[in-house]
Amino acid sequence: MASNSSSTAQQRLRIIAGHLQKRPGDENTSVAAHECKAETPRSNPSSSVTPVPKRRQEIMKWNGWGYSDSRFLYNKKGQAEFTGKRYRLSGLILPSLKDWMEGTFGATLQHKSPATPTLNLSAVAPPNLNEPFIEDLKAAAVALSHDPEDRVFRAHGHCLHEIFALREGKIGRVPDMVVWPTCHSDVEKIVELACKHNVCLIPYGGGTSVSSALECPHEETRSIVSLDTSQMNRILWIDDKNLTAHVEAGIIGQDLERQLNDRGYCTGHEPDSMEFSSLGGWVATRASGMKKNVYGNIEDLVVHIKMVTPRGVIEKSCLGPRMSTGPDIHHFIMGSEGTLGVVTEVTMKIRPIPEYQKYGSVVFPNFQQGVACLREVARQRCAPASIRLMDNEQFQFGHALKPQVSSIFTSFLDGLKKFYITKFKGFDPHHLCVATLLFEGDRGRVLQHEKQVYDIAAKFGGLAAGEDNGQRGYMLTFVIAYLRDLGMDYYVIGESFETSVPWDRVLDLCRNVKERIVRECKERGVQFPPLSTCRVTQTYDAGACVYFYFAFNYRGLSDPVHVYEQVEHAAREEILANGGSLSHHHGVGKLRKEWMKESVSSVGLGMLKSVKEYVDPQNIFGNRNLL
Amino acid sequence: VSSESGDSAECVAEEASLILDEMAHRLQLSTVRFFAFTLSKAFKRLFRSVCVNEEGIQRLQQAVQEHPVVLLPSHRSYMDFLMMSYLLYMYDLPLPVIAAGMDFMSMKFIGEMLRMSGAFFIRRSFGGDKLYWAVFSEYVKTMLRNGYAPIEFFLEGTRSRTCKSLTPKTGLLNIVMEPFFKGELFDVNLVPVSISYERILEESLYARELLGVPKPKESTSGLLKARRVLSEDYGSMHVYFGHPVSVRSLAEGKINRSQYNLLPRHIPQKPRIDTHEFLNEAAFRLVRIQEENMVLKPWVLIATLLLQNPDGLDLSSLTEQTDWLRHLALAFGAFLDWPDHETCSEVISSSLALHRHLLSVSAGNVQLSVTDAPQVETTPEEAVFHRAVIVLSCASYRNQILHVFLRPALLAVAMQSANSNRKDDIYNCFNFLRNMFSNEFILCPGDSVQDFEEACYLLMKCGVLQVLEQEIVMSASGHSTLTFLCSVLDPFLQGYQVVCRYLCEETNENLTEREFIPAVRNFTLNLILAGRLKCYEALSSDLQKNALAALLRLKAVRKVKVGDQVTLKVNKIAVNSLEDTLGGKIPTQKPILARL
Repeated sequence: MASNSSSTAQQRLRIIAGHLQKRPGDENTSVAAHECKAETPRSNPSSSVTPVPKRRQEIMKWNGWGYSDSRFLYNKKGQAEFTGKRYRLSGLILPSLKDWMEGTFGATLQHKSPATPTLNLSAVAPPNLNEPFIEDLKAAAVALSHDPEDRVFRAHGHCLHEIFALREGKIGRVPDMVVWPTCHSDVEKIVELACKHNVCLIPYGGGTSVSSALECPHEETRSIVSLDTSQMNRILWIDDKNLTAHVEAGIIGQDLERQLNDRGYCTGHEPDSMEFSSLGGWVATRASGMKKNVYGNIEDLVVHIKMVTPRGVIEKSCLGPRMSTGPDIHHFIMGSEGTLGVVTEVTMKIRPIPEYQKYGSVVFPNFQQGVACLREVARQRCAPASIRLMDNEQFQFGHALKPQVSSIFTSFLDGLKKFYITKFKGFDPHHLCVATLLFEGDRGRVLQHEKQVYDIAAKFGGLAAGEDNGQRGYMLTFVIAYLRDLGMDYYVIGESFETSVPWDRVLDLCRNVKERIVRECKERGVQFPPLSTCRVTQTYDAGACVYFYFAFNYRGLSDPVHVYEQVEHAAREEILANGGSLSHHHGVGKLRKEWMKESVSSVGLGMLKSVKEYVDPQNIFGNRNLL
Repeated sequence: VSSESGDSAECVAEEASLILDEMAHRLQLSTVRFFAFTLSKAFKRLFRSVCVNEEGIQRLQQAVQEHPVVLLPSHRSYMDFLMMSYLLYMYDLPLPVIAAGMDFMSMKFIGEMLRMSGAFFIRRSFGGDKLYWAVFSEYVKTMLRNGYAPIEFFLEGTRSRTCKSLTPKTGLLNIVMEPFFKGELFDVNLVPVSISYERILEESLYARELLGVPKPKESTSGLLKARRVLSEDYGSMHVYFGHPVSVRSLAEGKINRSQYNLLPRHIPQKPRIDTHEFLNEAAFRLVRIQEENMVLKPWVLIATLLLQNPDGLDLSSLTEQTDWLRHLALAFGAFLDWPDHETCSEVISSSLALHRHLLSVSAGNVQLSVTDAPQVETTPEEAVFHRAVIVLSCASYRNQILHVFLRPALLAVAMQSANSNRKDDIYNCFNFLRNMFSNEFILCPGDSVQDFEEACYLLMKCGVLQVLEQEIVMSASGHSTLTFLCSVLDPFLQGYQVVCRYLCEETNENLTEREFIPAVRNFTLNLILAGRLKCYEALSSDLQKNALAALLRLKAVRKVKVGDQVTLKVNKIAVNSLEDTLGGKIPTQKPILARL
């Protein structure tokens, strides 16, 4: 008992210490996690106020990724720079980006393809309103809007075709109105009224979907209501004894993390979209975070889910860590992609903030060696919080994002490093690839762990290549979506897609899919060689998650988006033919629906359909994803 | 494998390494150089010229850089793979590793030499031996995956004794395609190669073999004895490298590669039925490409005409008819190598000179005849035998062009026997014949409508036929062409009829499979001696085997296993009616098929 209570006391002490350490605005003294993360906004003047306003368009782009103040552009000198103040890269000049864009895509400054600057409100069809529904909503005091800007903002995710259409000023079917519930009971009322008046509800969290999940179905004739969860963003309670937190599902990743950090905790769930994506969205798509090796994917993190369906509320009766009560009902909810109801509250695991965090990187002579190393790391089950292996093209891509170096000494050092690796060690700069690492834990263990991983890497010809390279690798994933907007200003379109695959097929799949992309582009008349690159981004016991970037210069094509879609389709067929899965964490949406039957068998699909039929016979949640 | 056989794993490993030793190639450049040197000498002695399509070589060069390459030459002679390696060596391409029959290995010294120049040896039959199959396919796949050398093997499995393409085998084809199916390779390029000889080294050897003289075992001393051939003139030789065929594009929409997702890839999987069908179809297509790219010499045309006129032709009418046939062949898309600047008669006389041992020219009359046979008085049987050797040798040249005339000829025969102008009657006949002969010729399974339309189109183009909505009508000028086409197939029709007649008349209840060939041969011989049959080609064991295979396929004959022996059970009614149909006695075969 005594030891027990003393450890509890110690724990409390540590939490309090954590509080003290983490005074807001006092950046330099905060833990490493904050210091070295490019993705976390630098300052958040008002952390008590919700950072996602109802009118999102006030701080975010209506036709591109992220915050309005942050974007890549070529300045007057023709150098690439990243604007704003939010990111580590903000305000910096990126001298090699322009050359990289020219070299990789043939995209030059002369050929511009600017976007429509403002939303043409007359292009938005007038809303198809269900007046009795609105009256009842007003009576229940739920905030709502049918302002065209609000509606357009919630009509899309971030698929290439969606953003491309917006940039061209083309607006398709958009929701007829937007509602903002502020709590679970609001949602219950809304769903009840929707059933009563037979309107179609589409839940909207962060709007970062890349599976056409938010597109309004063309065949839908009822009034479509976008249910924006952003105002349900409170942490309702934190349980220090069980290390769980009960959170409203509309909270977005960075707010959740920040607020937990203030209390000395974190969830450790960091998907690349965490700046904007919401907890409910993670649950609805079976999300995965980059640090899943320590914290687990969303299905490992979630303890309890509350979801409002047309049939009523579904939840478990206790917070037990595991149950044998038939098939886990959570697994009907996770991955349901908004077809069954709205996730309103989630109890999830939290962890104390790690004491120490360290980035790292390893250079391998080629991709094969790198994959072999990752496989060995997975075999020994000693993967760091994150381990990713980028191929050569992505490695060069990362280099293009190096900011201007301030001193001659650093550039000299860089030159020396390069010389050592390519000349002395004989690595071919066109084959070498890099693994980026992130270690977390207490200091002693991290250092020990680091040594173990580097020892394994050495067996596969890997050379440690410093923290800086590792950190830049992670930064890439947060700015890549901004970079796509720059590309689209200069005739370059592209996107990413992912899969999971058994270890023995990783290399074959990567090679075949990349080659298929190149070949399909050629056959479809793309004038410039495409960028077709991949990284192994997660490791598991039995396989890995592979992430592809694909982009090309579309100058000379009459219907570039169609070509893009055909190539992506072919690439997905190739993935499936090579033993890859339909999706690791992006979900199915409407984009990949056609392969669902093949993926889960027709009986499997029938099971899912019958669940949908029972839970939502009127098809109130009519976004038509998945099934 | 080890768990299945119950042996210890070590045992299996040991056995596997033995198999590997037996199989593996050891490519050594010095040996290759030695071969290249001697071969270039030998080839210069043997052939007047070796023609290679240079653009094919360039295509190959490119293909080798893109994806692993599998070379699929036609197989007419031992020369084939020597020539292939030699050519690739001369053109500075990576040397192929070649799947060769086991019997070469037993040749002392030469076996090792071949091994060192890139051959690896496989047993001719290993249907039941799982370990052998596993080791072998893994060996081939590893070579393919590592991609350092093209693999070469013969789709037909063995040398064609008749110069007709043989029904392709799919086993090896499956092995080389599997790395693609399983995603281990992005693609595999199959390059069909057609090798044609103006005169085949083994020509009379083959004819004798077909007549029942056993194939001499490959041996070093045999090779030394064969030196004699060096002093003879074998004309020119053509090697045509076809367009690379991508397995990926062949399989597109036909093979669902995700079927391989659920089993670890190192575990061998039997091809499923649809895969098997695909393999078969692909193999037929490849052999068809080989056929189409086969360069034909004028002699082939002459041989065709001489066979149709056993009593000989005078030189002028031979010239005239050859010229006519030449135009017909060209109209049908034959790949004819006709010298540019020579008159027709010059071309013919030089062809005749090259093949003088097969014919006699007296007083302007050209005739197939025995020239180098012993002049001593012979028994009638021996005379027939010698005559048959000549005819079969000559037939092997005609066979080279059969694929050009085949479809129109089937149509011509169908029209003749259908006794009606209605399109569906003719099609039924055509289909019956096609079905009957699908062991004899390369007829892609399931392509029957296509073949029919192709035949109609070709004959219409030449003004032989008019194809109307419901009818097919012969045009006024078409008679001679149709007659010619019918007589192209005549030897085969007669041959099959003889086999049928034999089965009906002669068979005792317990005819074993092994006794079949000699018995048919005797039966045929007697028919010829009695003057009731003029067709010497019916003596060919190849034709007899194919006829039997067709009858088995049509279920007119059944195989019954009794102890060690396989006996043939004949459904006499069915065979009899087939014979009648072949003879054109009964116009449509529909009721007959019903009776089967």
